[in-house]
Amino acid sequence: MSAAKQDRLEHFVSTAPFDPYSIEALTAEQERYYMASQWRMMWWRFKRHRLAVVSGLILLVMYLSILASEILAPYNLHSRHTDFIYAPPQAIHLFHEGRFEGPFVYSYSFELDMENLRRVYKEDLDEIQKLRFFCLGDAYKWMGLIPGSFHLVCPAEDGTLFLAGTDRLGRDVLSRMIYGARISLTVGLIGIAISFIIGIVLGGLAGYYGGWADSIVQRLIEIIRSFPELPLWMALSAALPVTWSPVGVFLGITVILGLVDWTGLARAVRSKLLALREEDFATAAVLMGARPARVIGRHLLPNFMSHLIASATLSIPSMILGETALSFLGLGLRPPVTSWGVLLTEAQNINAVALYPWLMLPVLPVVVVVLAFNFLGDGLRDAADPYKSD
Amino acid sequence: MFRFLIRRTLVMIPTLLVISAMVFIIIQLPEGDYLTSYITELEAQGEKVSAEKIAFLREQYGLDKPPIEQYFAWLFGMLRGNLGFSFEYNLPVSQVVGDRLFLSFLLSFSTILFTWVVAFPIGVYSATHQYSWGDHGLTFIGFLGLATPNFLLALVLLYFANVVFGTSVGGLMDPQYLDQPMSWAKFLSVLEHLWIPVIVIGTSGTAGMIRRLRANLLDELQKQYVITGRAKGLSPFKLLMKYPLRMALNPFIADIGNLLPQVVSGAAIVSVVLSLPTTGPMLLTALQSQDMYLAGSFLMFLAALTVVGMFLSDLALAALDPRIRLEGGLRR
Repeated sequence: MSAAKQDRLEHFVSTAPFDPYSIEALTAEQERYYMASQWRMMWWRFKRHRLAVVSGLILLVMYLSILASEILAPYNLHSRHTDFIYAPPQAIHLFHEGRFEGPFVYSYSFELDMENLRRVYKEDLDEIQKLRFFCLGDAYKWMGLIPGSFHLVCPAEDGTLFLAGTDRLGRDVLSRMIYGARISLTVGLIGIAISFIIGIVLGGLAGYYGGWADSIVQRLIEIIRSFPELPLWMALSAALPVTWSPVGVFLGITVILGLVDWTGLARAVRSKLLALREEDFATAAVLMGARPARVIGRHLLPNFMSHLIASATLSIPSMILGETALSFLGLGLRPPVTSWGVLLTEAQNINAVALYPWLMLPVLPVVVVVLAFNFLGDGLRDAADPYKSD
Repeated sequence: MFRFLIRRTLVMIPTLLVISAMVFIIIQLPEGDYLTSYITELEAQGEKVSAEKIAFLREQYGLDKPPIEQYFAWLFGMLRGNLGFSFEYNLPVSQVVGDRLFLSFLLSFSTILFTWVVAFPIGVYSATHQYSWGDHGLTFIGFLGLATPNFLLALVLLYFANVVFGTSVGGLMDPQYLDQPMSWAKFLSVLEHLWIPVIVIGTSGTAGMIRRLRANLLDELQKQYVITGRAKGLSPFKLLMKYPLRMALNPFIADIGNLLPQVVSGAAIVSVVLSLPTTGPMLLTALQSQDMYLAGSFLMFLAALTVVGMFLSDLALAALDPRIRLEGGLRR
């Protein structure tokens, strides 16, 4: 008993200063996690959505490409090759007779098929045309301003390079697709900007003021939604004056696309505002003398801006498809403005499908962009609410 | 239920009125009218048009009256079943459109049926096999259908139908049946041609429908009563059929409001590509030649089709789901 008593340690009192909050202190990593801002959390959550990240990267690359279309495209938008009309796509080879030659194409020769009245192209297996990289080729004016002739890839001297074939005037389809991205991709962005503005203003009016403003906007939305989109777009674009310049028509089409498409956004804004305007912080802002525009723009909108961005992303594809359809019908953009839809008008009849299927290739970028926007929008929508656990 | 019905009907009337006004404004938007484009055409052919003749035509067609008066003449004419006069065909609109309206309706209706038939099993499979390869694959195919422009898909399918099955190109029936009275052979021929546009238009709507059904069913499957049912030993199939599926069925009816405009839009462009005798191609030419009453009637018909469709879907929903009746007439 006494031995046990001796073994016992003396009563220990640490004199070091004690911080009662030390047990609550977080490690640096935890701190980073718990103190993260809302946007950072959205980014973390967004990163988990692999497909969305990949889609975002694809879109980024495509949008960056429109800055350098002239350089990326092997040919000019309008350069014709009258000897190579309706030439099928050329394949890139690496080995010639078992020897490595670097990327090259075989030269094309054609003979007339008098039975079907068409040219039949044949690869000339003796003559190889090595591709040139970082080379000088067709002259262009970058964005219509700066002259140049530098290309990423060019055909061999006196050679051809039609990786996606040529059309009825012997224009390289691939080059035209690269140029077409410029118009097709911006149509969606400008259109969504317009519908975003209309949606926020009208949805804001309806949600914030309620009452008769709400009823009017609601009826308007219902009526516009009951119009089938495409016939309405068709009617409106048929109303664009024929005398307008192609650029004017381009702007007109984007405005039309935006004018019809704002209803979904306006609904989202309205329903969120209806709920949020009752919150204490909104009342506080009003009591402090903030005017409605400030209350909405500064205090209410940021609460669901991420949602709006996500749903805007999801409605860009319908605009791109709409432009494609309108141009295909001949009601949208007109040459020389070149969009993917304008390119697809070349593939308008069943003969094109049967004889020149490569004229349908411009549909590939359309599908890729629409899919990418859909996946990106899905990822953004999941990320928009980072506090929700799944 | 009765009060709901009346209220919902009353809401529909002003909607249709405003739509008719908007249609009229839209078809009036292009500069000039049919006569100005008609006159330029005649002059291009080297014919002289006298001022008296122009004035006579203008008066005969009522184009000299102020737009408001023209609108009301058109509106009241429509109420009496008189759709106005088609300048291009020189016939009353009702004779020009013929059975195009009916065929448009038939096409839209079959497409919606197709969408339901396809989306339902796929949606259920996707929800019950969440994140499986089947789920991912089917969702991806659905997205692909959404992303491919309708008109191109139509062309490709048409080509394959022609090569593989020998279906005649274009139209909604083989040429020899065109002016024949309805018969069994004609009906079969229509069916043989109908599937291409139906599949093409259906693909764009099916993806959305699958995703909504899948999301709804997933929500429903996580609820407590499902767990209880499973704990009590109900077989998975019976458990699925008895409650969650019924609850998840609402979007099939409620979504007609979204689906119908989409289907009608798709039908318009696909009909142009496939040259189907529906409203689409004629609407296009009418818009281009400023044949305003013809274009106006088609737009009005398409909008009315969707308004009435939404009305019917609201009624069906109210009949199926008592919660909706209680919330008052308007879906908010």
